[in-house]
This record gives sequence, C-alpha cells and structure tokens, in this order.
Amino acid sequence: MSCILELKNLGFTYGKGTPFEKRAVNNVNLKINKGEFIGIIGHTGSGKSTLVQMLNGLIRPTDGQVFLDGKDIWEEPKQIRNVRFRVGMVFQYPEYQLFEETVYKDIAFGAINKGLTGDELDRAVRSAAKFAGVKENHLEKSPFDLSGGEKRRAAIAGVIAMEPDVLVLDEPTAGLDPMGREILLSQIVNYHKTRGNTVILVSHTMEDIARVADRIIVMNKSELVTFDDTKKVFAKGDMLSKIGLQVPQITNIMQDLKQRGFDVPDGVLTVDEAVAVLAPLMKREGATW
Amino acid sequence: MVRDVSFGQYFPGRSIIHRLDPRAKILMFIAYIVIIFCTFNYAALAVTTLFTAVFLVMTKIAPKFYVKSLKVIIFIVIFTSLLNLFYGTGNPIWQWGIIKLTMNGINRALFVSVRIICLILASSCLTFTTSPTELTDAIERLMKPLKVIRFPVHEVAMMMSLALRFVPTLLEETDKIMAAQKARGANMDSGNLLSRVKALVPILIPLFVSAFRRAYDIATAMECRCYRGGAGRTRMKSIHMGARDVIAFAVTALVIAGVIVCNIMMAAVV
Repeated sequence: MSCILELKNLGFTYGKGTPFEKRAVNNVNLKINKGEFIGIIGHTGSGKSTLVQMLNGLIRPTDGQVFLDGKDIWEEPKQIRNVRFRVGMVFQYPEYQLFEETVYKDIAFGAINKGLTGDELDRAVRSAAKFAGVKENHLEKSPFDLSGGEKRRAAIAGVIAMEPDVLVLDEPTAGLDPMGREILLSQIVNYHKTRGNTVILVSHTMEDIARVADRIIVMNKSELVTFDDTKKVFAKGDMLSKIGLQVPQITNIMQDLKQRGFDVPDGVLTVDEAVAVLAPLMKREGATW
Repeated sequence: MVRDVSFGQYFPGRSIIHRLDPRAKILMFIAYIVIIFCTFNYAALAVTTLFTAVFLVMTKIAPKFYVKSLKVIIFIVIFTSLLNLFYGTGNPIWQWGIIKLTMNGINRALFVSVRIICLILASSCLTFTTSPTELTDAIERLMKPLKVIRFPVHEVAMMMSLALRFVPTLLEETDKIMAAQKARGANMDSGNLLSRVKALVPILIPLFVSAFRRAYDIATAMECRCYRGGAGRTRMKSIHMGARDVIAFAVTALVIAGVIVCNIMMAAVV
C-alpha cells in the first residue's frame, strides 16, 4: 500500500512568544495509506482538531512537516490552496458555512474554486449531493430553508464536490438525532467504499469509530498515544479509560465475559459480531433463552 | 488572526486604577481628550504625556499590551503626521519641487502623532482596567439626566453591553467561518480589489446569519428571565464614589491647570 499522508515530528504551539502560549500538538509521527479509513479519538482539547487542520494547511505547523504524496505541503506556501483541494476538510457544525442563493451553487463553490467548469462541474456537484444524501429537489432551494440535518448534508457535499483524495470530517454527526447519525455515517462509509479514497473521521462516539475505521489514532494531552488497528486499540480498554476514553459498550461486556472464564475472543466491536460469537457459545453451554 | 487585537480588551486586576469608580474614569477620560487637544506648546504636551505615563504605570498592566494596542493605529499615525509634515505654513527649511518642509510642519506632525498615541493609550487604559459591565453601568448612570428628554438611557446601555459581550464571540465565529471557506478553496489574500471584496461575501453572509440567530436566542433567553426593560430594576453591584475618586479628580484638575498655565506662559507652536 502506498502512503498518502506522512507526518514527521509535527508540532504546533498557539500564541508562540506570548504569555498565552499553549502547546496543542507535540511531536506526532505517523503514516496514512491510500484508501484507508482512519479514526481519530481523544478528549476535548487533546489536539485532534489542531492536528487535522494541519493536514490541509489551514494551520501552519510550528515544528515538523506534513507530506502529501511525499511532498512537503509547505514547500511552496503560495500553492497551499492546491493542498486544500486535495485534502478536503469538513469542520464541526459545517452548516454555518453555507452562504449561496441555492444549495446547488453552495455545493459548487469549492469545485468552482478548484477550477471545474461546465459538465464536469455539474457531474461533480450532483454526485457529491448524492453521496451526502442531499435530495434532488433541494438543490434549487435556498440553503437557509433546509432543516439542520439537511444543511449539514449540503455542507458536506460542498467538500466532497471538490473531489479530494483525502476527506477529513471533524465530528460530522455531532448534534444530529440517532437516525440522522446512522444515515450520515452509512453515507460516509458508502462514499469511502465507492470512491476508494482516504477518509479521516474525528469522533467522540466510540461505537461509530469502532464500526467504520480500519485504524485509529488516539490523542491525549497533545501527544499521539497509539496508532493501530481498530481491534488492537479497543482491546486496550484499561489504557483508554485511563485517558478518559471508553471502549464500545459491547466490547466491555465481552471483556467482562472473558474475565469470568468464558471462551470469547478479544476485540469484539459491534453487536453483530458479538451475536455471531455468543450464539454458538450459548448453544454449547446449553443455555436456554 | 483576528483575535490578536488587544485594543478594547479587559485585563482583570486590583490596581488603584482598576478600583476607581468607572464614572470617575469616564469623566477623567473625557477631560483628558479635551486637554490633549488643547496643548499648544511643548511644555503643555510634556505635562499631559507625563500624566499619561504615570497613569499607565499605575495600572500595573504589562507595557507590551499597550504597545500592542498601538499597532492597530500605527498606520494612521504615520499617515496623518506625514500629511501635517508637508502642509505646514511659514518659511521652508528645505524644499524640493512643490514639497517643502517648514518648522511649523515638523511641530504639527510631532504634536498630532503624540496626541493620537496618547489618546489611544488613554482609551486602552480605560478599557484595560474597566470591565464592560462596569463601563456600560457607568455610562447608564452618567446619561441618567437625559431621561428628562425621554432619551431611553437604560435601553441604550443594555444595547451597548450586549454589543460588547458579542465582540469576542463574533470574532471567534469569523475565524471559524474563514477557516471553513478557505478549506473550500476561497482565495482571500490575492487578486484585485473587486475580487477581494467578492471574496468577503462567503464570510459576511454566514456571519450575518449567525449574528441574527444569536440575537433571537439572547432575546428569548432574556424574556425567559422576565426582562422587561429598566423600570424598577436594581443592581447586584452598585457603584460608589470614594476618597480615591476625589483624589483622582483633584489630580486631573491639577493637570488641567498645569496645561492652562503652560499655554499662557509660553508661546504656542502649533
């Protein structure tokens, strides 16, 4: 697998040289491969948001480098816009960035900035709208007439329309109802599967991350704690709870069962997996429902 | 970043200046503005500058914050003093084409820059040491006499404090929106004037929308707490004039007297 993003000794200090100096990210080294689905977890203030904003050059690192396809993104600071088209970033509560007259025009904003025109633009906008779940008949409406969830989908479509190689989403499901979360998450998974692009998802919901991510970055107090396969990370429940994070509920239950002497594997992350493991076990134990 | 502006910020502290009655501070500030523009020779200017310096030291706020507050206006200072420099009257000391330098011009340039700098330092001193609530409270009290002519004093003061309260919030919001639009490739740092103005649209529209949303929210929140305007409202912290305020007034009066004496005794240079 080829590496698309590489971070070398990456660090960032807010307000350098003032009394309000604060180290937000410290010495992060990692490699992300093409087509991977990466999850980032960490407490509020652990440096996740600062880290992802350095990936597309919105924040210039105070130490270290970010390599996109082997090239330092700050080698030519004037070309930083091109990096932003290649690493698409969806912020928290992205619905507050909508401004155009129609949803269609708003989704097209980034793609037009990138230089797409004519049929190519139309195709990019419509397919992005489809991926993000924006309804066809909403495209000609004003974005301010949509509901909260619909606005968010439109804003996400606006980033997908730039056809980035890497899509970064900072807590895309925050503040949505359970149904909305479920739909949005499955749309992101579908986008990842269909396009085969790299997706980086920052989230507080361990269940979501456990379900979708191949590998997980764990941040704590500005430092990278682990970067490993999802199953391996969630097998370290003790380490996670020490830094104030939790494993998914079902993983907890399975670990408890194991401690009580049942023959169950580590790293069961979803209810479906748990059913597959437990059903034969219960039959063997002769349990009755 | 937009947030780096220190002009108008409040730094909590316990210095004697912090503890002065905000009404006293505002009245002194108004008096100060008058004096600074009534200095006509260097002696008078020196008196007011010294007064400013002593005041700043007494606030016990790090000098660099004052320096930072000056950064915002440095361009205006340079521009106006250059303008004054070459528009002086009298005999030219140096001439090159239509550009001539006169003693009067040099004096005027010096005076105007010192005046602007002192003005900004004094206003920074006021806002650094007075919390926005104190400030609006004081303004409300000072404007009370205007009620006679049915001027809505309380409402104006409430609007001011609400506006002040939202300055940091809106700045933060601007930062966020700018970052989001930059992430979509908005180009804000290059191009001609027209394209730069156009580049502001994606920032201003979301900012207006959110400002209106916040205004509705705060109105609802105030109604929920039964706010019905100023009639019959009491205060949690009432402000009182004390001995130290009397002393402050006395010092100000002395400075005014000093400036007047200097102006009378010596010839005006501007």
